[in-house]
Amino acid sequence: MAVSMTSPPSLFAIEGAQLLFAVLFAPVLYGWIAVCRAALSNRSPAGILQPYRDLRRLFGKEILVPDQTSFLFPLVPIAVFGGLAASSLFIPFLWPDPVLSPVSDAIVLVGIFSLVRIMMAFGAMDTGTPFGDLGARREMMVAFLAEPATLMVLFTSSLWSRSTELPSILSSLLSSSDPFRPSLVFAFLAYTLILLGENARLPIDNPATHLELTMIHEAMILEYSGPFLALMEWGAQLRLLLYLLIGIDFFLPWGMTTQISVMGFAAGGLVLLAKLFLAGSGLALIETLFAKLRIFRVPEFMAMAYLLAVMGFLIHFVLEVQS
Amino acid sequence: MNPISPEHAILHHLIGFLGSGLLLSAFAMLAMRRMTSLVRIFALQGIILTISTLAVSILSNETHLLFSALFTLAFKVVLLPAILFRLLGRLKIQGEVEVLVNVPSTMVLGLGVVVFSFTLSAPVSEMASTVSGGLIGIGLSSLLLSFLMMITRKKALTQVLGFLGMENALFFSAINATYGMPMVVELGVAFDVLVGTFVFGIFFFQIRETFESLDLKHMDNTSME
Repeated sequence: MAVSMTSPPSLFAIEGAQLLFAVLFAPVLYGWIAVCRAALSNRSPAGILQPYRDLRRLFGKEILVPDQTSFLFPLVPIAVFGGLAASSLFIPFLWPDPVLSPVSDAIVLVGIFSLVRIMMAFGAMDTGTPFGDLGARREMMVAFLAEPATLMVLFTSSLWSRSTELPSILSSLLSSSDPFRPSLVFAFLAYTLILLGENARLPIDNPATHLELTMIHEAMILEYSGPFLALMEWGAQLRLLLYLLIGIDFFLPWGMTTQISVMGFAAGGLVLLAKLFLAGSGLALIETLFAKLRIFRVPEFMAMAYLLAVMGFLIHFVLEVQS
Repeated sequence: MNPISPEHAILHHLIGFLGSGLLLSAFAMLAMRRMTSLVRIFALQGIILTISTLAVSILSNETHLLFSALFTLAFKVVLLPAILFRLLGRLKIQGEVEVLVNVPSTMVLGLGVVVFSFTLSAPVSEMASTVSGGLIGIGLSSLLLSFLMMITRKKALTQVLGFLGMENALFFSAINATYGMPMVVELGVAFDVLVGTFVFGIFFFQIRETFESLDLKHMDNTSME
């Protein structure tokens, strides 16, 4: 690709910047969504930096591990956070072709997310409490319904570039001049549903409640406290950010810099921030408008996502191939 | 196919876009559980039809399609939804749609229907000489999806909405396959649908008076009486 002219050290610096940006910006995005939700429901917001304050408080506590847990329990938060932080190296968002992205295409990325989810389920089941078990089972149910839909969205997007590698999907989107893409509209709708389901957002799971009968994500991390809980929470924030970044890559990639220069990165970064804040307020709006679904309606929600993704896939062949 | 100029290419894409919107709305009808949202989606289908008819008429220079678009706007966006909303109010229907087959299974069935009609219409699309021949598959699948809705719903009003959805899809296919039917036929169909909706409306009251319900399964037993 076009990066062959530049020296490896600067490319690795970009990777570092991507990692730093993802890890440090994730709590801010979470805070922004909370601020938007508060504003939309006429409450006074806690401030955009509240997740940071929460994290600092949690990191200041001592590490407590419940009795009768195995070696898995303390490993899980580290694996969750580590896995998600590492994926930020493979997703192009500051630079269209990260030097490490050949390590992983989109399917590997889905695999990493599944690995993280399975680790969380293990950690929840490891304590042997009924709530952890319940949360883990529900999370796995949502996950197994969402995964085929995620893959179909990836395939639909990769039909344009004939490759499942994120940089080539991105470059084929950036280089084409065709504004109307029905298949990507379907894929976008499907992806929105997946994003809500996979990140325990409102129609599926309420991230702000500890009501026993309805919680999914919160039930899984119930036994964690102190720094471990901080890592889990930070991981959840990071996951939401990564899903949004992948979504931006697939559906709204315009504005990313294509030259290595300070001005280019500043402009691209500002555009990216604007997109993320906009997506965050959109998410807050969805969460304000919709009530939480009954858990037995979740398969229906996810079937809808799968259906939309498959439709996008089919529509590509019907409408877009010959033209 | 004749070569397309750049400004027409955008219209061409717009029609494809609207076609997928129609397909999506047919699916949304299958997924919705509230009567009022069903009628709203029906009105939305009317808007989609109006815009795509306009676009086809500009693309093909067929002036009679402009009148078709106008009629679609009057009948399917304004008149029929108004009548249906009035009916909903008079019949005091607010609750949920009752289904024979549950919604996720209907969705999967619907997906099968889409695959089937896309395969079926692929050779037809290649033969079509119109600017938007590729959309025949979409019209056919929306038609079959509305048909599926008629089959899987219990209440009379939902079935009528399925019927109206079928008519919409048929209209869309006709426009894209052959630049619409002759004006007389189109007018006739539009008035038929309007009168049909009136008749259905009267029918609903009769059904409810006789069986004290709008559930059509009661009508299975009428022959024995």
